[in-house]
Amino acid sequence: MAEAFSASVSILFHGCAFAMVLYLVSVGLSVTMGLMGFVNLAHGVFAALGGYIMATTMTSMGVPFVPAVAAGVVVAMAVSVPLERFLYRRLYGADELEQVLLTIGLAFMSVAAAKFLWGPLPQPFNPPPALSGQITLGTREFPTYRSFLIVSGAVLVTVLWLGLERTRFGAQIRAAVDNRRMAQSVGINTSRLFTVAFALGSGLAALGGALGGDILAIEPAYSLEHLVYFLIVVSVGGLGSIRGPFFAALLLGVTDTAFQYLLPQFGAFFIYALTLAVLLWRPHGLFGHA
Amino acid sequence: MSFGALRVANAIDFRLEPGARHALIGPNGAGKTTFVNLVTGALTPSEGRILLGGDDITALVQAQRVKLGLVRTFQITALFRGLTVLENVTLAVGERLGAAGDIFRPAGTRRAVIEEAFLLLERLGIADEALRPVRELAYGRQRLVEIAVALGLDPKVLLLDEPAAGVPSAESGTIIEVIEQLPAEIALLIIEHDMDLVFRLARRITVLVQGAVLVEGPPAEIAADPRVRQVYLGEREHA
Amino acid sequence: MTATAAPTPRAASVVEVFAHRHRFRVAEALPWVAAVALYFLFPDYLALGAQILATIVFALSLDLILGYAGIITLGHAAFFGTGAYVAGLLAAHGWGEPITGLIVAALAAALVGAVSGAVVLRTTGLTLLMLTLVVASMLYETANKASAITGGADGLGGMNVWPVLGCQFDLYGRTAYWYCLAVLFVCWLIARAIVHSPFGRSLTGIRENERRMHAIGSPVFLRRVTIYTIAAGMAGAAGALVAQTTAFVGLGVLSFDRSGEILIMLILGGVGWLYGAFIGVPLFMILQDRFAAIDPVYWYFWIGLTLVLVVVFAPGGAHGLADRILRARRRAAAGGRP
Repeated sequence: MAEAFSASVSILFHGCAFAMVLYLVSVGLSVTMGLMGFVNLAHGVFAALGGYIMATTMTSMGVPFVPAVAAGVVVAMAVSVPLERFLYRRLYGADELEQVLLTIGLAFMSVAAAKFLWGPLPQPFNPPPALSGQITLGTREFPTYRSFLIVSGAVLVTVLWLGLERTRFGAQIRAAVDNRRMAQSVGINTSRLFTVAFALGSGLAALGGALGGDILAIEPAYSLEHLVYFLIVVSVGGLGSIRGPFFAALLLGVTDTAFQYLLPQFGAFFIYALTLAVLLWRPHGLFGHA
Repeated sequence: MSFGALRVANAIDFRLEPGARHALIGPNGAGKTTFVNLVTGALTPSEGRILLGGDDITALVQAQRVKLGLVRTFQITALFRGLTVLENVTLAVGERLGAAGDIFRPAGTRRAVIEEAFLLLERLGIADEALRPVRELAYGRQRLVEIAVALGLDPKVLLLDEPAAGVPSAESGTIIEVIEQLPAEIALLIIEHDMDLVFRLARRITVLVQGAVLVEGPPAEIAADPRVRQVYLGEREHA
Repeated sequence: MTATAAPTPRAASVVEVFAHRHRFRVAEALPWVAAVALYFLFPDYLALGAQILATIVFALSLDLILGYAGIITLGHAAFFGTGAYVAGLLAAHGWGEPITGLIVAALAAALVGAVSGAVVLRTTGLTLLMLTLVVASMLYETANKASAITGGADGLGGMNVWPVLGCQFDLYGRTAYWYCLAVLFVCWLIARAIVHSPFGRSLTGIRENERRMHAIGSPVFLRRVTIYTIAAGMAGAAGALVAQTTAFVGLGVLSFDRSGEILIMLILGGVGWLYGAFIGVPLFMILQDRFAAIDPVYWYFWIGLTLVLVVVFAPGGAHGLADRILRARRRAAAGGRP
């Protein structure tokens, strides 16, 4: 009995840590897909980029953890701006197929580029000593870093939620997600909004990719390897929502960890079955709207 | 029928007689198109019933209602833009004749379908452009194709959603003529903003305001009704 | 416009043109003549040729749902892989007869298509796209984990494929080439018949304006599930061909890479005219044969770049480009009038 309890706590803990990484990477995708109606299958590239920049600055330049992660975020955001303005923008309102193909093409290119620049092996992940090892919470010991991930994730979703609800920028985003044309006609500069939202989303993804380098290994095929999971979080959560992907990520993270632990011979099969069931019940996601 | 907290269609009691020439008018946002969507099955009512010829069709989906003869056109042209005019109408005729599900024989062997479709185009005066893609046609001609597609379904009840909307006045005359020449057995409900068209075509008018019926009656009564004048004050092109 | 001609002859001529769209044109014999000629011209490349022909069947099946019904899928490999594994398992467990094996594989894939289609085609847009990916991922996971049956990551070996119609499969690919060509021919005839049938025409209607199809009384869901099932069966036949001619089935047949590649091949050739498969597949696979051997990383990069360039500058693929060039020439010939 105690063992089952202990196992459950373990699953919950690691599941939540995994969920936080998934959430960080996917929330940007949810907002941009809900905002611009653009199917961006290359979103994971920014997560990978964040991870790679962090790893490279740490190992070859000796930069400490926090600035390295920040560097990853900044680079990703910087890259995202021209990408959005000069490439993605041309396809807003285009056929969904074209958006899918364009972004898959970009993902392919990034996979090849990553392999060329950094080699096929996963990047080493070295959290700072302050966040390594174990900490004692209550009666148990937990890996410090994962605890840090959970806390950061919770803090971040709160910040994002407040930002969306309380700031003018957030209000503009909510308006534009709800009804783009109306938003434009009340004077919201949607094109600037898109660029900023896209940059923020990419930055968050980079943060997730860098911080989560322990759970989702930073390797060339990152963006395609984990694409299904990111899409699941976004579609189950509901496009354009901040809360939705959070709960979807929790659901996915904990369930996936549980199955890996309890029924490894089935792998991700039940996750997919569960996704199917949820999307059939609520095609717009748990928190989405028509 | 409610969209969230907004009651869009409120306790509308409406009768359309066989062979009717009925118009539905009202200011923008009154819920006219919503009404058509509810009747045709594109939207599901939260309460109430829809009867066709005495039979309750509330539970039927749109495609089933079409098979029973309940047909509509769209306010914003909803045609198969990349396909030819003739193809657009043959698709409709084919569905009606039950030929559309055939996988085994080429569509070309269904002569009856093609000829009937072409005849419709001739009747509406658009046969010259039969083989041109719809998107290349002038907007007024596209509206005629809309009507052709609807007629191809042999409707008993035809709901025309702003048939002359967006059509330059030079071309709207043809549309009005076409509507006037529609078979007398069809029960016709026209949604329109153009009062000239309404008073010319309708024998009965219903005024819809904010999702509810304000008044209903023959054109002369409606024109004289002070409430209607008030609703349209500032919206009519000429007093 | 010209003066009114007598209605009946005019009607007759328009109706004739319209009714004869399905007639075979001489130009349509070209691919088959070319295929036969290539057999004699490139005897050392028959094995690759057979794979190309099998992949054209796969691309053709995708064109039916993507180009004609407008269903975007990221998981078409699910049906290809099902066909491959079924054919592979049959051959590995005692029944190596190719033609019956292919038919059973196609039926199995069609069944998977019917069941998954009935479920996922209730949704649209991103949700549908996602679910096609999810279904394929489910099958991939199953094949991966059921390694006792499928061989898992090592692949299914031990296939013993019997001679087809008395011809043994040889190392040079001679039998494979004719086998694949024959199956492709049959599949092409089927696809062509479907596309020109009233059912096929209604699919283009669904693609162009689904809302309107409902408004003309069309059973849209049923039509989509039907074509999805047929296309799945055809994809399964393609998978069986690949399995039987290479005597091997690996997990890759169910992978996202495979779904993505076939999408790219079809786009290169042009979606929605059936011949996109005949152009895009050989183009892609021959280039892949050349360049992936030199450096797989480069290949991956360049194919990604090509895809981006095609989407931005040539959305219709080879067909779209040809179309635009023809229209530009016609405009120039007409003195610049649009």
